[in-house]
Amino acid sequence: MSTLHTVNKSPFERNSLDTCLTVAATDSTVLMYEDGVAGALQNTSASSAISDAMGQGVKFAVLGEDLDARGLSSDRVMDGISVVDYAGFVQLAADHDNVQSWL
Amino acid sequence: MKFSIQVNEGPYTHQAADTAYQFTKAALENGHEIFRVFFYHDGVNNGTMYGVPPQDDRNVQSLWSELAEQHELDLVVCVAAAQRRGIMDEDESKRHGKGASNIAPGFRISGLGQLIEAGIESDRLMVFGD
Repeated sequence: MSTLHTVNKSPFERNSLDTCLTVAATDSTVLMYEDGVAGALQNTSASSAISDAMGQGVKFAVLGEDLDARGLSSDRVMDGISVVDYAGFVQLAADHDNVQSWL
Repeated sequence: MKFSIQVNEGPYTHQAADTAYQFTKAALENGHEIFRVFFYHDGVNNGTMYGVPPQDDRNVQSLWSELAEQHELDLVVCVAAAQRRGIMDEDESKRHGKGASNIAPGFRISGLGQLIEAGIESDRLMVFGD
């Protein structure tokens, strides 16, 4: 059973990304959007936890519109994290068996 | 695929109301069905018709109303959350002895059963909030 986890707060503000990563299983995807996009940037204190989860088969995505709205270039996003638009967000929700919003 | 959307945050707060709207719009554009949008907690503030933001800003409340008109969306405002925050339709307004109603076009007031039903009837329930 695959799950799309959605995280909308920065890992430097709340611990929702960390909490999410404790339960995100293989074949699940974590989508970072709104202020959560900060977690997708390279070389932050969140990066190693994300790399570890990638090693366990968790996939990652970030919402491009929310990167743009914050002046963050997609060049700064960690390797292995795919940048999606709203249509891609919808597709991710459809492709997984269920969705967990980490609010 | 059949989606339902739960909105827990009002407009102009953080970003959840905007994200919920953009997600709903994208789902419709990509051929999906929106069974219902349920506005809960501060999310009921999306359903007032008296929001008048500056002209160069988006009007979140009217965006919902316009989308509802285009796609015959079912926009449901939680009655208990709405009463606390002064969102009323004609009937509620009369019942509480208030002078006017303020619910925006395309929205209706109902109970939590509508959220439960949305969860049962839809393939995915997307929750947006703070």
